[in-house]
Amino acid sequence: MMSLESIPIQAFLIVSSALFCIGIWGLLNSRNAVRVLMSIELMLNAVNINLMAFSSYVDNNLIQGQVFTIFVITVAAAEAAVGLAILLSLYRNRVTVDMESFNLLKW
Amino acid sequence: MTIAITTQIICFTILSLVILIGALGVVLLESIVYSAFLLGGVFMSVAGLYLLLNASFVAAAQVLVYVGAVNVLIIFAIMLVNKKEDLKPINDIKSRRIISTSICLTLLSLLIRVDMTNVWSLSSPQNSIGEESTIRIGEHLFSDYLLPFEVASVLLLMAMIGAIVLARRDVMSKDISTGLPVDQELIEKSSEPLLTNKN
Repeated sequence: MMSLESIPIQAFLIVSSALFCIGIWGLLNSRNAVRVLMSIELMLNAVNINLMAFSSYVDNNLIQGQVFTIFVITVAAAEAAVGLAILLSLYRNRVTVDMESFNLLKW
Repeated sequence: MTIAITTQIICFTILSLVILIGALGVVLLESIVYSAFLLGGVFMSVAGLYLLLNASFVAAAQVLVYVGAVNVLIIFAIMLVNKKEDLKPINDIKSRRIISTSICLTLLSLLIRVDMTNVWSLSSPQNSIGEESTIRIGEHLFSDYLLPFEVASVLLLMAMIGAIVLARRDVMSKDISTGLPVDQELIEKSSEPLLTNKN
């Protein structure tokens, strides 16, 4: 086995790909609306791992990927707050968190 | 980078195993409360990966924002909406599961193929700036990323106001649809929900 001088970037990319796909699976298959929001957070974290790996391995002088990660974290916090508020008002009107019963937009 | 490569590999393996198993637990476990706490563990492990990438500031931000704010918010939401309910069975659940799982596996294999076959043009001295990264992020935020930084503050304000407006119970003194005076009390009284399924 050849000696590495650092962890290959592919390792980080594979972890983030797997995390992203787990997030998509949870997004498609959850029936609880809170779990859907958690899956979205998982996907955002996968994207963040990707950005951080590239900023450390490709662009290690001007670490612009880390700045992007800060912005993604900001938007994720705002998204979680608004998403959970929407969920609360939806729960107040429908008395359920089952994704299958949220069919108000169905024609 | 001062940590030896063996230590790095061991840390990376442990952290990524915790991330992947925790994420599977988040989407697969029956109890939503267990999922929420596992999600906190996943966020902490992602912060560990950031530390491994020499990004201490982003790791701290990850712990503060995700574990400290988002995860606590999710646990509060679970506490507010946690009700045992018998979900109606879906008749074509099996075909849905098969289709979604195959889509996810296809996407995963595609992404892994791109990761492994592409030749990344890596810069030669890796992780050269190290602890200076916090200073560099600050310089970016106040020079070439100044406009997104300010827009992010406006976005946070809008999200805060929007969340308050959406989650607040009654803004008007009279109900628009029924014309009855609404109760402004803190504790919710039992009332007929507006949009229950009639059928």
